[in-house]
Amino acid sequence: MISLTIDGKTVEVEEGSTILQAAEKAGIQIPTLCYHKAVLPYGACRLCLVELKWSDGTSSIQASCTYPAQEGLVVETASERVLKTRKVMMELLLARCPNVKKVREMAAEMGVKETRFPKKDEDCILCGLCARVCNERMGPGAVNFANRGTEKTVSTPYDRQSPVCMACGACQLVCPVDCVDLSKITPHTLRPIPSEFDEGLGTRPSIYTPFAQAVPNVPVIDSTTCLRLQAGTCGACEAICDANAIVFDQEDTIQELDVGTVIVATGFELFDAGRIARYGYGRLKNVLNSLEFERLSHASGPTGGEILTAEGKPPKSVAIIHCVGSRDENYQEYCSRVCCMYSLKFAHLVKEKTGAEVYNFYIDMRTPGKGYEEFYRRLLHEGVHFIRGKAAEVTDVAESAEEEGKLVVVGEDTLLGTTRRVPVDMVVLSAALTPTKDVDDIARTFSLSCAQGNFFLERHPKLAPVEAASDGLFLAGACQGPKDIPDSVAQGAAAAACALSLMDKGVVVLAPITAEIDPDLCSGCKMCIASCPYEAIEFDEEKGVSVVQEELCKGCGTCVATCPSGVAKQKGFEDVQVFAEMEGMLT
Amino acid sequence: MAEGQFEPRIVGFLCQWCSYTGADLAGTSRTEYPPNVTSIRVMCSGRVDPTFVIKALAEGADGVLIAGCHPGDCHYQVGNYKAMRRYPMLLNLLDQFGIERERVRLEWVSASEGNLFAEVVKEFTETVRALGPLNWDAKAPAEVVAG
Repeated sequence: MISLTIDGKTVEVEEGSTILQAAEKAGIQIPTLCYHKAVLPYGACRLCLVELKWSDGTSSIQASCTYPAQEGLVVETASERVLKTRKVMMELLLARCPNVKKVREMAAEMGVKETRFPKKDEDCILCGLCARVCNERMGPGAVNFANRGTEKTVSTPYDRQSPVCMACGACQLVCPVDCVDLSKITPHTLRPIPSEFDEGLGTRPSIYTPFAQAVPNVPVIDSTTCLRLQAGTCGACEAICDANAIVFDQEDTIQELDVGTVIVATGFELFDAGRIARYGYGRLKNVLNSLEFERLSHASGPTGGEILTAEGKPPKSVAIIHCVGSRDENYQEYCSRVCCMYSLKFAHLVKEKTGAEVYNFYIDMRTPGKGYEEFYRRLLHEGVHFIRGKAAEVTDVAESAEEEGKLVVVGEDTLLGTTRRVPVDMVVLSAALTPTKDVDDIARTFSLSCAQGNFFLERHPKLAPVEAASDGLFLAGACQGPKDIPDSVAQGAAAAACALSLMDKGVVVLAPITAEIDPDLCSGCKMCIASCPYEAIEFDEEKGVSVVQEELCKGCGTCVATCPSGVAKQKGFEDVQVFAEMEGMLT
Repeated sequence: MAEGQFEPRIVGFLCQWCSYTGADLAGTSRTEYPPNVTSIRVMCSGRVDPTFVIKALAEGADGVLIAGCHPGDCHYQVGNYKAMRRYPMLLNLLDQFGIERERVRLEWVSASEGNLFAEVVKEFTETVRALGPLNWDAKAPAEVVAG
């Protein structure tokens, strides 16, 4: 470890560190433009200059990004000489690029208002970050410095689109002044990775935190797009990570856990609005489903919460169509419970953010819950138009001048008793909540039943809404039926409580319907063992008889019906008992 | 019930998890269906021994309904498959007794299919009504059937 002093503070760093790294560790800020953790320091911009005070009283000005830390070094990052020199460097930059936003901002911060040097009008500050990242980190070397001296520039060979550029976008990402035009570098169409959480409306990098509330709240690497895992290049994240938390050779592992209680909370999927072709989802621009609109209008979404059409402008009119796929004998017969409320929420957001005209096409307004009816009233006062009638179609074929270039929602207004054509800029489809695609697989794995709407069946709709029919299996949330967040949370808590009370007991209570085999009469044919779905019957080799393991027996009685000797009995459902029932019925 | 019309007596073996619950749903939904089927609850259709069916017919039933979960959905995974495999052999046995095959039916009714259960009962009752009373004593003299 090397010990040095920066601005009076002592700091210890590892061998090979630079003064800039030492300053960072000490919490001291030094301005930079051409420095980036992902590539080796270059010393191009000269903004990171510091004063080194020697023991003989002299001092030198050096670039802190490249100068190695030495034992006993004394560094001043903001002395008079440093500040004066740094300002001159800034003036030089400002002279080359007087109209670049970032350069002007930094100059203003430093108090540099004008430059004494003759001005050019360049976009690029020649920091070399794009060239360095492309050559050192990514590999292809599609861009690099060209020419020398005052003619120095950054470009592709022969100023042509490069055949080796892999369109990774790293150069554009690291450029501090946003002057990289990828279309000049590569002929490839750029294919940004669509963000799953933003419903494809936004993009994400290969290393990303799925969403703000992710558990665990750490980034993950998409191995299908990560250049390090796919092509062996980049690895910038690993270089930057101070915590050394990135380990590329992690393998997918399958963990097996022995558990006795399972809570199934697999959620829901949104109905594919494209199935109702006449609403134009997937065909017409500016027709969105509810999840897409949620991301569009959300402050953490791709537009920062600004509601914009595909053309990038705020809409002047929006239609929200309720019950898309719900309450419909052609698709899902049930009501999805949450859509009226979120449709009203959307209406309110549109009004608040854009002041646009909002039209809600509804069948019934379902607003139970605290404050929900009051919220609906509020919207009535805000001037949202409520049209009672199922929208018949969304079309872009105009039948009048005012419909040109707009989406027209055609629907019946049952309260007015007429059909209406409403031209709007954007249509939001409030789609149904449906079970996830893998619901049948999950049901088979846990032997759950699916009932109305193909959602999981609870043990009792009133008295046991979070328990499944099998012991130790619980349900929570939308997989059991469409519901909103408060109800899902309540069910989650209930299921957890049920699971805990089951585990806390310390004993397992068996239903008294298990099977038993009389060891004196069993002939050892083992037919029962073959028929048991739970492998609950063992063969006692010594005695030559089959024995039921009571803790494993679920009480189905299949072995009893299989036993050719009639020796297997099921408590509570013995043959004599069934015969007695029959007798009672028939005599 | 029409005067003098033959009312078939049908014993139903319903599995606890699917068909019994389905029948219960038909009840709570106040669905109307004939009262000719009396249900015996078993945990699984796999519990239904062919001797139950024969015994029921011997004790005076005109028809027997066995109902379980849909294949693949058995609460005990595979119990209903066992029932499915026993059924053809049972029908063979009925042939040997000279009993009409239509008197014993195997149906799959899930817990949410209350209406289906009602329909099955309606239809089966009419089928058995058309076949008339079983007259077990004529078909299977006491010496042949043990117990």
